[in-house]
Amino acid sequence: MKPINNKAWLLVLPVVLCVAFSAVIPLMTVVNYSVQDILSPEQKVFVGTEWFKTVLRDPELHGALLRQIIFSATVLAIEIPLGIMLALALPAAGWRSSLALVLLAMPLLIPQNVVGTIWQIYGRTDIGLGGVALHALGTEYNYASNSLHAWLTVVVMDVWHWTPLIALLAFAGLRAIPEAYYQAARIDGASRWAVFRYIQLPKMRGVLLIGLLLRFMDSFMIYTEPFVLTGGGPGNATTFLSQYLTQKAVGQFDLGPAAAFSLVYFLIILLACFVFYTLLQQSQSADQKG
Amino acid sequence: MEWMAWTPTVAYFFSAVGVMLLGMTIWQIVSPSIPRRGFLPLVTTRGDRLFLGLLSAAYISLAWTGLTDMNQWYGTAIAFTVLLIVMRWG
Repeated sequence: MKPINNKAWLLVLPVVLCVAFSAVIPLMTVVNYSVQDILSPEQKVFVGTEWFKTVLRDPELHGALLRQIIFSATVLAIEIPLGIMLALALPAAGWRSSLALVLLAMPLLIPQNVVGTIWQIYGRTDIGLGGVALHALGTEYNYASNSLHAWLTVVVMDVWHWTPLIALLAFAGLRAIPEAYYQAARIDGASRWAVFRYIQLPKMRGVLLIGLLLRFMDSFMIYTEPFVLTGGGPGNATTFLSQYLTQKAVGQFDLGPAAAFSLVYFLIILLACFVFYTLLQQSQSADQKG
Repeated sequence: MEWMAWTPTVAYFFSAVGVMLLGMTIWQIVSPSIPRRGFLPLVTTRGDRLFLGLLSAAYISLAWTGLTDMNQWYGTAIAFTVLLIVMRWG
């Protein structure tokens, strides 16, 4: 089909310029850094793929990547079902529904560094309510010295912070289901589980995929909360990819390896984005056919 | 441009990317791509196949760098071959 005219492309130009300024030019700079040893602003030595070799064979990076994958998988495995359960339990309409939604959305309004600080204080065994309560129950809870406790605290903090997002998305998906579907299910004598499995879940697929994509990307880039809460410790127990990268780039000022690692990180994110985008497209086309 | 720390190699690389995008745009205008299904498990346009081919090429190059000590050019040749295969039959 022949386009009527191509003037609409001009409307895209401001976005293209913004993206070029904020993403493409910095990306080009990072690529330049990744193939050079930056000794000083005036002194740079071309090293080819040397930094890529270094970072790809770095056991610390392998550890950070593994921890990152485990963290993202864990929080997604908890947040998605929990978010759905919360959405199903919410009142469908009326002031109770509005109140529940506002209360539910509150953690989403809190900045990440404040969330980290809240949980850092909450988990402290001397002044924190959570830490003191766990001690009173007879546990040796201490997120500052025990890796498992640090992990649990980081995961619980993320679940507390972000499950509401999934719940709100799932709630919106549930409200969009026409009443006729439920009437048909009642006529057929469908069980509660059957209604969920064959009506609610398929109808929520689109919003849940968006939630999955958002949460995966966000959890895969997590930095502020664990940095404030545990500082990546004890040892490297909660050092995830972003923090590892920041340590390299800002802490040690190893710009070459940090740039090479940034590009590897970018490729991982790009692949994940593509997979989720394809799933979303397939889900939308399935919905249109159905 | 000094702050961007340009090297000739990276300049050639981005020039090649720019030429590729320009070429694809002209190709699309002259002969619009028809979505089709090849050996990849999804319906793709020419642009999709270029993206997937480049992404595969990047991963192959990284794997070559990270896993072997052989000359990088061999890895680049394999990556380029994969890009061509994905573009043609993907």
